[in-house]
Amino acid sequence: MTGRTPVLSVRGLSVRFLMPGGRGVAAVTDAHFDVAGGECLALIGESGCGKSVLASALLGLLPGNAQTAGAALLGDLDLLAADERTLARTVRGRLVGLVPQSPAAHLTPVRTIRSQLEETVAELTGVRGRTALRAAAEKAAARAAFPADHLDRHPHELSGGLAQRAATALALVGDAPLLLADEPTTGLDRDLVDRTVDELRRHVDTAHDVDKADSADKADSADDADNAENAGNTAGRRDRALLMITHDLAAAERVADRIAVMYAGRIVELTRAADFFGAPGPRHPYSRGLLDALPDRAFTPIPGLPPELGALPGGCAFAARCDRASDACAVQPPLTGTAACHHPHAALTEAADRA
Amino acid sequence: MLELRTVTAGYTRGAPVFRDVTLTVAPGEAVGLLGPSGCGKSTLARVAALLHRPDAGTLVVDGTPVRQWRHRAPRERRTAFGVVFQQARLSADPRLTLADLIAEPLRATGRRADAAVRVAELAATAGLTTDLLTRRPHEVSDGQLQRACVARALVLRPRWLVCDEMTAMLDASTTAALVRVVEDYRTATGAGLLAVGHDRVLLDRWCDRTVEWDALTRPRPEAATSGPPGTNKDRRDN
Ligand code: SF4
Repeated sequence: MTGRTPVLSVRGLSVRFLMPGGRGVAAVTDAHFDVAGGECLALIGESGCGKSVLASALLGLLPGNAQTAGAALLGDLDLLAADERTLARTVRGRLVGLVPQSPAAHLTPVRTIRSQLEETVAELTGVRGRTALRAAAEKAAARAAFPADHLDRHPHELSGGLAQRAATALALVGDAPLLLADEPTTGLDRDLVDRTVDELRRHVDTAHDVDKADSADKADSADDADNAENAGNTAGRRDRALLMITHDLAAAERVADRIAVMYAGRIVELTRAADFFGAPGPRHPYSRGLLDALPDRAFTPIPGLPPELGALPGGCAFAARCDRASDACAVQPPLTGTAACHHPHAALTEAADRA
Repeated sequence: MLELRTVTAGYTRGAPVFRDVTLTVAPGEAVGLLGPSGCGKSTLARVAALLHRPDAGTLVVDGTPVRQWRHRAPRERRTAFGVVFQQARLSADPRLTLADLIAEPLRATGRRADAAVRVAELAATAGLTTDLLTRRPHEVSDGQLQRACVARALVLRPRWLVCDEMTAMLDASTTAALVRVVEDYRTATGAGLLAVGHDRVLLDRWCDRTVEWDALTRPRPEAATSGPPGTNKDRRDN
């Protein structure tokens, strides 16, 4: 933990889908985590583990047959309880900036990047007037390292990397305190993965302006903002937080401060990235299995398949694939310390009291 | 041998995606082709798998130059190849159950009788449980669908496998599992492999040698299809 106040505080978040025939699918169960300002939390897990559903829940984008429980607090606002009007007017883009999985699908194909940026600036900030909008759009592009001489291009004229930067620029326009990146590196080459996540990290490390619309009321707002940039995290600035949802462990290792591992809808491990990828390594057997599957590690798959979210076994959902399973595992293990497991791998400091 | 000899290919006459590429895969050999996305390596994979007719140059399979492509290729030629693509959802007929998907090449070649046994065998090999076999693609995860696509690629016992970004959309464990399925098959049958991808760490771990796209497409003398020194098991005998 960074010790800073959390930007996002997720408390017992559950999402259940009601299927025809009265069946229930437990996509997310009782998730607890915080993301602090200046921090990057990577939520990792295989496809279908519930991590994308969790992202949709935070953005209020769940389908109609979803039922949620718990809370996801962004300041005083509970994202789960917010109505569509609040979500549309104050949350998406303003409080939560979404860096999408597929920028190509997220950008409007028939319009130039400049016009999309200007429209988003007009929608999300107090900036008005053609010249001011143009300048603000160019500034937004520059922040995401999108080259100014490509602003008049259409999405299909951009490389994958530049499309990703355009999408990131759009996500940053509203200066949202929380950036939510949903599989931002899927299908990108390794170099581009590195660059994309490095840039996301940079936006976490650079404090952002507090509500531009408010400060625009003040006559000298522009100067204040620029001065604050030099002053760092002063009263008028907040740290941005990044929640990155990914199945790319290398990307997570590169930028995350903490790692949350999701399996069968539950967070089974929540720990510091340095401990997870370095020594002592993950404590949960599933997390160990994921790391051991990497081609620069053992390249050994975890046996079997994850259980169906609509037919989860009682007790630990990983038991059928776990070489440490015992009778105790028939009972759902709570998240104690950093892992939800009855027989976690040793953490160096806690090894003694576990023995 | 699977040999691409000075192949030029593309989709528009006069504007090829790549020119004069020469690449050889020996029987039993696993060659990784490493390149950034959009470079044209998928087009090369399609040529190598008889799915795309090149503009110039020759594809020689087991000593015989290929003259007919796609469905025109003779059946025994086509069935010598198993192909897996990146996007399982695009390459799988959404109306078929996974069992029918895996059996599709058997039916298409009139070997229906084998289907039940082969499907059960391959599903087990690919790590698919029986309850998944009656589902359609939209009812399974990307990883499960790709497992079925790998099973389908192996169902006719091909001598050559072409895997184009087979694991790009998959998590680490499913990646390791599917590479193992392919490698177990190759160990048992001696099939050769061309694995196209953008992940150097993966291809280096998976394949006998890794060839860089740049080295293939750069104008060069003879040696450019070799991997780095020491990794090149391919002693070309032609
Ligand atoms: S609780 Fe038991 S079955 Fe589950 S991961 Fe831990 S040891 Fe394995």
